[in-house]
Amino acid sequence: MVPGDPALVIAGVDATAEDIAAIRARIGTDRPLPAQYLDWLWRVVRFDFGTSLTSGQPVTALIFERFGLTLSLALLGMLISLVVALPIGVVSAVRRWSFWDYLGMGFSQAGMAVPSFWLGILLLLALAVKIPLFPLFGSGSLRHLVLPAVALGIARAAVLLRLTRASMVEELSKEYVITARAKGLTERMVKYKHALRNGLLPVVTIAGIQLGYMLGGAIIIEQVFSLPGLGRLFLFGVYQRDFPLIQGGVVFVAFAFSLINFLVDILYSVLNPRIRVG
Amino acid sequence: MIRRPAARRLYYAALLFLAILGAAAIAAPLVAPYSPTEQHLDRRLAPPSRTHLLGTDNLGRDLLSRTIYGSRSALLVGIVSVAISALLGSLVGLVAALSSPSLDNLLMLVMDSLLSFPTVLLAITVVSFLGYGLVQVMIAVGVIYAPTFARLVRAETLALKNEGYVEASQALGTPQVLVVFRHILPNLLGKVVVQCSITFALTVVIEASLSYLGLGAQPPTPSWGLMLKDARDYLVQAPWMALYPGLALAFTVLCFNILGDSLSERLNPKL
Repeated sequence: MVPGDPALVIAGVDATAEDIAAIRARIGTDRPLPAQYLDWLWRVVRFDFGTSLTSGQPVTALIFERFGLTLSLALLGMLISLVVALPIGVVSAVRRWSFWDYLGMGFSQAGMAVPSFWLGILLLLALAVKIPLFPLFGSGSLRHLVLPAVALGIARAAVLLRLTRASMVEELSKEYVITARAKGLTERMVKYKHALRNGLLPVVTIAGIQLGYMLGGAIIIEQVFSLPGLGRLFLFGVYQRDFPLIQGGVVFVAFAFSLINFLVDILYSVLNPRIRVG
Repeated sequence: MIRRPAARRLYYAALLFLAILGAAAIAAPLVAPYSPTEQHLDRRLAPPSRTHLLGTDNLGRDLLSRTIYGSRSALLVGIVSVAISALLGSLVGLVAALSSPSLDNLLMLVMDSLLSFPTVLLAITVVSFLGYGLVQVMIAVGVIYAPTFARLVRAETLALKNEGYVEASQALGTPQVLVVFRHILPNLLGKVVVQCSITFALTVVIEASLSYLGLGAQPPTPSWGLMLKDARDYLVQAPWMALYPGLALAFTVLCFNILGDSLSERLNPKL
């Protein structure tokens, strides 16, 4: 079913047939597939992803060892993306078809078109090679995280900016805005108190989903910047055909992704009393 | 119709760029000055010059030729993957909307579960099981983006099902298949085309990303992602290697996004 026998990879080139059979028996790949799958499923619900075929360590331990770096990268990226997207998005909506709006839309189109890994390479080229402000390799300090977080955050900022603008434009055209103006509120109150609070609601949802996507995007960014996070661990698993590691990584990220979406849903109902159920 | 002239000019510029790109991809052997895989080992890491307009890479291969040939990988993966996801997704969406509620629930559950993974992660996982290569990337990406089409087509079909002309046609005894082909599909087409354009852009990025990670195009196949992977290792010695494949990639994505935006504005004048 799956090309590539992990037993052959572990055994190496000089292995005899008996060696390979012994390894297959040890890691359980000699048993029928449905049995292997049920076994694995039973262990996953107890948060046991088995042991890595290459390092022999438990996959769960390996994941948690690396997850901190990836999470801080994603959170920093999210922060950068929000700081860039929200102000520009709001100003674009308030002053539609102005110079700032076109600038914002241009930035957003460019941000969506430039893939984050290429942006990462360009940032390295500009700020690590030409002007050596940041390190070219390595990890361990905040300085190592800045460029990858910018690379990760800009693409997300582009999406958030568009959404913020669209959502604000929609809110500003609603009737309560007219009412607020009619009862004599200042433009500032109307725009930045009434419309902004409603306009930012959908942004919260999308920002949460974006955070989940950053966990995926981090795979490539970690590779570009040689950061030893979850993404590189996962890729190492892929390159080495370390199936427990791949499966553990996928299930873990999918779980984290769903957890973030769940938390966002809760946050959303806190922010928006209208959708609170029972 | 697009009201702002600037937007219309952008739309035509995007179309023009994509047409040139498509032509360059088809006629690559005619327009590329060198073979994309021919190594000039005496001219390794040469900066842009008259003989090599964009310079050479670590194996002395001409970067202009490789960038031109790289468009083939990008466009081929885009066309095939978008075709797979549009056909597969539309079929699932149509069946879900027109069949029994239990089948609808089952199909949408499968589609939604695909959407609960970050795209890149899912693509890497599928490719790691199918094996590395462009064909595998096409299949993986095609399946991954199918749910977007399924949800779109399902929602649109559910709305169209209650339109007067569809009900009238059904009342006249038109077979279900004919109703779908005559009344539902033509009305879906616009939105599906817009989604195709947006998905194309995403697909091109995924192809480059997977090739960058060594899971997509395999050397010596020229691919923008693979070229950027080589460039990363020679940033200090040959910064020009990192520039042009990325520019080609970014412009392609940009043009497909502009195309999608303009088309959706044309087909949905209310926005």
